Amino acid sequence: MKHLRTICLVLCLAILGYGCADHSSHAIAVYMLLDTSGTYKAELERAHAIINYLLGTLKPGDSLVVSRIDSGSFSEKDIICKMTFDGRPSVTNQQKRAFREEVDNFVATVQGSPYTDITGGIVQAVDFLNETGAGQKRILVFSDLEEDLPAGAVRDFPLEMDGCQVVALNVTKLRSDNVDPREYFKRVETWQQRVVSGGGGWRVINDLDNLDGLLAP
Amino acid sequence: MFQALDIFSNGALSMAFWLAVLMVMLYFARRPAHKAILSASLVIRNGLRLTARSLLLAERSLVSRNREVLLSSGADTAEKELEREFHRVDAVVRRDVAAFPSLQRKLADQIGRLDEDYRESSELPPPPPGWVHAVEAVAKLSGKSDAPVASILEEIHKSTNEQYRNTMDDYRKAVAKRHALLDRMAPYWRSLATALEDMGKRITSLQERSIIIDRDMDRYEEIRKGTSKAERVLTSSALTQFFISALVLAIAIGGAVINFNLIALPMSEMVGGNSYIGDFKTSDVAALVIILVEVAMGLYLMESLRITRLFPVIGQMDDKMRGRMVWVTFSILLILAGIESSLAFMRDRIAADMQALRQVLANVEATGAAKSKIPTIGQMVMGFILPFALTFVAIPLETFVHASRTVLGATVALLLRWSAFMLRLLGNVAQFMGEFLVNVYDLFIFLPLWAETKLRGESEPDAPVQQRRTLRPEKVAQSPATAEEPTGTGLNDRLVEPEFAEQEDEAMVSREVLS
Repeated sequence: MKHLRTICLVLCLAILGYGCADHSSHAIAVYMLLDTSGTYKAELERAHAIINYLLGTLKPGDSLVVSRIDSGSFSEKDIICKMTFDGRPSVTNQQKRAFREEVDNFVATVQGSPYTDITGGIVQAVDFLNETGAGQKRILVFSDLEEDLPAGAVRDFPLEMDGCQVVALNVTKLRSDNVDPREYFKRVETWQQRVVSGGGGWRVINDLDNLDGLLAP
Repeated sequence: MFQALDIFSNGALSMAFWLAVLMVMLYFARRPAHKAILSASLVIRNGLRLTARSLLLAERSLVSRNREVLLSSGADTAEKELEREFHRVDAVVRRDVAAFPSLQRKLADQIGRLDEDYRESSELPPPPPGWVHAVEAVAKLSGKSDAPVASILEEIHKSTNEQYRNTMDDYRKAVAKRHALLDRMAPYWRSLATALEDMGKRITSLQERSIIIDRDMDRYEEIRKGTSKAERVLTSSALTQFFISALVLAIAIGGAVINFNLIALPMSEMVGGNSYIGDFKTSDVAALVIILVEVAMGLYLMESLRITRLFPVIGQMDDKMRGRMVWVTFSILLILAGIESSLAFMRDRIAADMQALRQVLANVEATGAAKSKIPTIGQMVMGFILPFALTFVAIPLETFVHASRTVLGATVALLLRWSAFMLRLLGNVAQFMGEFLVNVYDLFIFLPLWAETKLRGESEPDAPVQQRRTLRPEKVAQSPATAEEPTGTGLNDRLVEPEFAEQEDEAMVSREVLS
């Protein structure tokens, strides 16, 4: 009887401990897509600054992936660097240094791609972010949002983006936008519609000097 | 719907018609309506008054209990103070009176030596020889011209002079000896004076202690008697203690927050920075737990040293066990202080690493972090000292706990009194609202009432405004309208409280004003 009581007490404490523990993840997972098409390659230095900002902001336990948008972006091969930071701050700092080096190498050696498969990159990003199980999922699209698909690529399907927040960064105006600005607005609106209808959130940040709200929920 | 009411196809006319109908209907329903309104208002009033009364009873009970607790606590404190004073007196008596026999011996010895020296110094110098007078007589002889006589006299003169010198030498020696003896007495006198002065001081200290004990005894007597003066003094003292201890606790909380910030970051190195308990990081919770454990150990240490008396179990332990507990708690505190110091060192390293990384990420030239080790050492020292500083939280905490009982009790009593007052006020408002509604009712049907008055040939309307006092049975009986009613007015009789209710109201108001 005495043992039974002890076992009951231990079980109750275990249940209590399990109940108190927070099983919802507080981690943030960020998937950054870099447009490396010919027209946008020159903007990569800015993307570099954003990645540095992310490295300085993300905390232990968070995840960061940097991937390129090229002719066929729905592929793991396009991932430049991915890392889930360790829980220990000292290890996290070492990981961040390594991450930065890899990104530096990529920016120095990147080749421009003939096509721009943004949809493929986003689908890949959603897939990856869902696998991380992070509490907050962010997709940063560093692109002019002008999709240019190779022949035969099928990308006109609805996106499944539940819980993903998409932030379009540095959406530059193309030369044709200057002729007819409505094209720019239409481009942005089309992407917003695709993302929102897929259950995701949408934001545009063009002022890269003010990135404080980049990871805001 | 409104179209259905417009029976004359004329809005104003229809409205006047329906108003008249309504007036007549209200006139016929006047008495039951009056009773209903008054009953409702009285039910509300009495309900509120009953609630107020029960609140007042609760307040009185609470005040009485507060008083008991306050006096008991005050008596306990006074007993402890008296006990402490007696201990001090005991210590003084043990120390001084125990030394009294040796002091007495010392004094007797010194007095004996003084006496001896005095006696020695009182010895007279040798007197001049007795034949001096004979010499004087010879000197007066007139035979100086006679040679043999002159020669004899000369011899006598010489020997006399020699004798005189010898005598004077002896005298001077004797006087010098006396002076030397008197000189030797001086330190004894001084020592005697010092010993007596010391004794006097000790006696004065005892007298002062006795005055303090007398005062404490008087206070204790007053507390035991439960006088209002003692109660006032104790309440005031409790309030002062409450605010002072709250201030000190706030300072201690500030120290704990600093301590927390010192160890929260390095704790993430130990337990991981990505796990959470609820909405809080596990590392933060762990840091908080360490600080709370330190505070708890500090409490136990203070209890074991009998500085505080929050846990009777510890206080009742035998001295040996308490001594062990002191060492155990102190050891744990020491270990925790060491851990904190290490964590503070680790924090400094992590912060420096983070700073370097940020500089690299921002493409900023490394500024060459300060080479000085002072901040690191400062953090480590702070990490080591803060746990011990937090130990002393036990003292203001105990005072706060004891004082808050009195303050909380007084606050709750005040709230209860105010609630009772407000409920009584609302009850009276409800009653007068009922009377007001009755008057408004009569005002609306003034036309039928006027007609009734005319038909009856009376100067007053049939249904006078029912004032509060007319609700009492004897007054109701005087009213012509209600006189016709059966004894059904008993509802009002039952609902209305007797005269003491008003007296109670007045007493309540005066109490509120006084408080």
